[in-house]
Amino acid sequence: MANHTISVTVNGGKEYLDVPSNMTLLQMLREKLALTGTKNGCAAGECGACTVLVDGEPVNSCMMLAVEADGCEVTTVEGLAHRETLRVSENPKGLSALQEAFVEHNAVQCGFCTPGVLISAHALLERNPHPTDDEVREALVGNLCRCTGYLRIVEAVQAAAKAAPETGAGSLEGGAQ
Amino acid sequence: MTAIRMASTTDPVGKSVPRIDVYEKVTGAAVFADDMQFGPGLYYGRLVRSPHAHALIKHIDASKALELPGVKAVVTGADVNARIGLYLIDRPVFATDRVRVVGEPVAGVVATSEAVAEQAVRLVEVEYEELPAVFDPVEAARPDAPLLHPDLGEYEVANFIFPEPGTNISEHFKLRKGDPASAWPQCTAIVEGTFRLPQIQHVPIEPHVAVALWETAGGVTLWTCSQSPFAQRDLISQSLGIPHGNLRVVSPYVGGGFGGKAGVSMEVYAVVLARAVKGHPVKVRMTREEEFIGTTTRQSLVAHTKIGCDAEGNLLAMETEYYFGGGAYNDYGVNIARAAGYSCTGPYRIPNVKGDSYCVYTNRPIGSAMRGFGMPEIHWGIEQIMDQLAEKIGMDPAEFRRRNCVKAGDTILTGMEMPAVDLVACIDKVAEAIGWGQDEEPSAPHKRRGKGVAIMWKAPAMPPNPGSSAIVRFNEDATVNVEIGAQDLGQGAFTVVAQMAAQVLGVPYEWVRISVPVDTKYSPYEWQTVASRITWSTGNAVKAAAQDARRQILEIVAEHWGEDIKDLDIKDGKVVSFKSEREQPLQNMVVYGLPNENFEGWKGGPIVGQGHFMPTYVTNLDFETGQGTRAVVHYTVGAQAVDLEVDTETGQVEVLKIASAYDVGKAINPDLVMAQIEGGAVHGMSSAFEALRFDESGQPLNPSLVDYRIATSVDAPQEIHGDIVETPLEDGPWGARGVGEHVMVQTAPAIANAINDALGIRFNDLPLSAEKIFLALE
Repeated sequence: MANHTISVTVNGGKEYLDVPSNMTLLQMLREKLALTGTKNGCAAGECGACTVLVDGEPVNSCMMLAVEADGCEVTTVEGLAHRETLRVSENPKGLSALQEAFVEHNAVQCGFCTPGVLISAHALLERNPHPTDDEVREALVGNLCRCTGYLRIVEAVQAAAKAAPETGAGSLEGGAQ
Repeated sequence: MTAIRMASTTDPVGKSVPRIDVYEKVTGAAVFADDMQFGPGLYYGRLVRSPHAHALIKHIDASKALELPGVKAVVTGADVNARIGLYLIDRPVFATDRVRVVGEPVAGVVATSEAVAEQAVRLVEVEYEELPAVFDPVEAARPDAPLLHPDLGEYEVANFIFPEPGTNISEHFKLRKGDPASAWPQCTAIVEGTFRLPQIQHVPIEPHVAVALWETAGGVTLWTCSQSPFAQRDLISQSLGIPHGNLRVVSPYVGGGFGGKAGVSMEVYAVVLARAVKGHPVKVRMTREEEFIGTTTRQSLVAHTKIGCDAEGNLLAMETEYYFGGGAYNDYGVNIARAAGYSCTGPYRIPNVKGDSYCVYTNRPIGSAMRGFGMPEIHWGIEQIMDQLAEKIGMDPAEFRRRNCVKAGDTILTGMEMPAVDLVACIDKVAEAIGWGQDEEPSAPHKRRGKGVAIMWKAPAMPPNPGSSAIVRFNEDATVNVEIGAQDLGQGAFTVVAQMAAQVLGVPYEWVRISVPVDTKYSPYEWQTVASRITWSTGNAVKAAAQDARRQILEIVAEHWGEDIKDLDIKDGKVVSFKSEREQPLQNMVVYGLPNENFEGWKGGPIVGQGHFMPTYVTNLDFETGQGTRAVVHYTVGAQAVDLEVDTETGQVEVLKIASAYDVGKAINPDLVMAQIEGGAVHGMSSAFEALRFDESGQPLNPSLVDYRIATSVDAPQEIHGDIVETPLEDGPWGARGVGEHVMVQTAPAIANAINDALGIRFNDLPLSAEKIFLALE
């Protein structure tokens, strides 16, 4: 199996990695970088537990090769709380508004789907800061959850959307990029 | 939220404090079994699985697999001649002489990578001779059916399970009360029906994973996502002859269990593969396909049930036969049939009952524990018949249930006195929440709207004496570590026991830590995290441990102050005297004790409290009648009502609203109870539309998340209304009883009753597929 050297920005930090050509982005994150917040639930693009942002778009990282991420910016759940561009200033723990809302609304049970759900919801609020409930449900249809029944997740996403400023395009990014 | 975290929540029992594990879980920091790092010495195991539903194994040749570079070992039944099981030890670790289901492991391969292991699996040659297979539990119970377990009479079995050697029946529970035959003529209305449920799967989002290390010195460690670290230690120790003290089971966070990670399913394979490559940890991880067919499933059921009532709507008689399709091995499933037997009436007073509950071997995936443990299966038929009886005598179905449901003090079907619960209050609450009796307009002309109600009961189904234990120990700054062997599967067990410890100790909730991961080497004993028993059983143990620690603290301070211990209390982390109004902060004294006057010696020392709980009052039941003084520890009861629409052009059902009410005794954390109620309602709804499908030779047709659909965010109802009823349980901590499973038990029949209300059509068989409904409308 041929190896390739790639450069990829993960949660704001530049990584130079040797990866086999058949390694998935999910394997790269979990096995090369020990970023195990991103989960392997099916390895077939069906459950959404491995969702990460690649250049701002949510993707199933089990369905993308690591070499395809060469030159890309990848954000995992570990990156949500620490990205400087996130609006987290009031919070000494540095959680994003979305993470805060998941805590407040008890939108987490076993927590295995949570990283992927957070990433999909984050991407939704970036492109649609004030979604309807139906739009939230549509955005999360690829993220399976067996515990919560989804309603609290929708509530949490809406709470985070309400917490976002109405100005500055309403983005969670707060215009700092 | 930070504000809440930093807040000082005193007297937390009954308050909706945030989950103790939530910050780890929203940041990706929570460690699950697959996330643990084992370094470059890690090997990978894969299993060679049977392609046949029923066959004799003639020959296994692993030579080609062993020649593949990177392959370290191939293990077969010749190396591991052992059986494993909980209630009925019927399952060989690896099949030796015959396979009984497609996907049964016949060998395991260890290699340096998962890819090489997978390649090697295909190089293991197994010669089979196919046998006739049987899939339907009723057919399998017939005397002329192909026999799956000729050695059934030789298996070790728990003393309350009754297999019938020479047949495929692994358990037969008999319930006899009164005389149904003489009661039928007095019935004004009788409804009889056959109801079928397919096998379904738990579908935790985290697939099973186990890593084992067999040290050359003899110690064995198993890291796995487990509801039952101690039961796994016990069963694997017994099966493989490892001293209990030498086997350590470590279980980090569990990514959903629902019963599928209870007992032993695939964990033993990591251990036997690790034995072949001592010194190297071996990881065995289920693919999603293996998760469907190679772990465990919910059993199928065929129920023949007949119930009758008089003209006033009083239930008079019931006869029922339950045939549970237990799959190839019934090591756990036998107790599901037993539980269905001793609860066979559902939550109703019926004076004359004849019930026979069978667990039957079939050439299907292993049926085992799943959320509800037999109760969703039997309530599917019972709750539809109750609606039909009400209709026949012209009574409102909710009123019919109020009249007939079990009430505190009733002598129930096993002869046991019904503990205090308020099922009528649950019915009232869901009726009000759903707008019972009011017709709603459908959202489009081609849609029909309907409402349905269903009620339930469930007792923890377990051996008579499952134990829990707990340790509470203080740190210098008066933060407290609570050690338990119970597991948090997402239901919130860690949070509620932390609340209980804080309540007893008089410290804020935020001062409590749970010592995780659960580790049989360090954590105190816990039977299993199953049966909705943790809030009650582990809760009692934690309460006792905290009381022990509290007594130790108060004794030291009482002596120090020369006061009576009765005048002291612990409030907000300080010992206070009502009499002298003195205060003593817990900091430091809980580890270093207190100095005598002028430092002339010290008193006290590190505070460590311990406690345990085990029910001691459950009695055996008579083999012929199922009668006994106390069949179970208690029952939790509840009601659900559903409002839905059916699209007559597609047959699709849209559940608009589910109302649930459960009598939990005492909600230690009300919002966590509501989270169970909501998640369970969607799980129950999803279960009405799920089925594992097979072709006629027993090959699975839909073992993927694309072909086996579970409810997604767009399928969840628009609204779930929850109500909590609190009738205290005599021996529950603060009166609490469990609710984790109950929340999905009666959702499917509530939906079926609502579909009948909408369409006037009854469906006796699950799943409620759109196709089936559409065809029935034609």
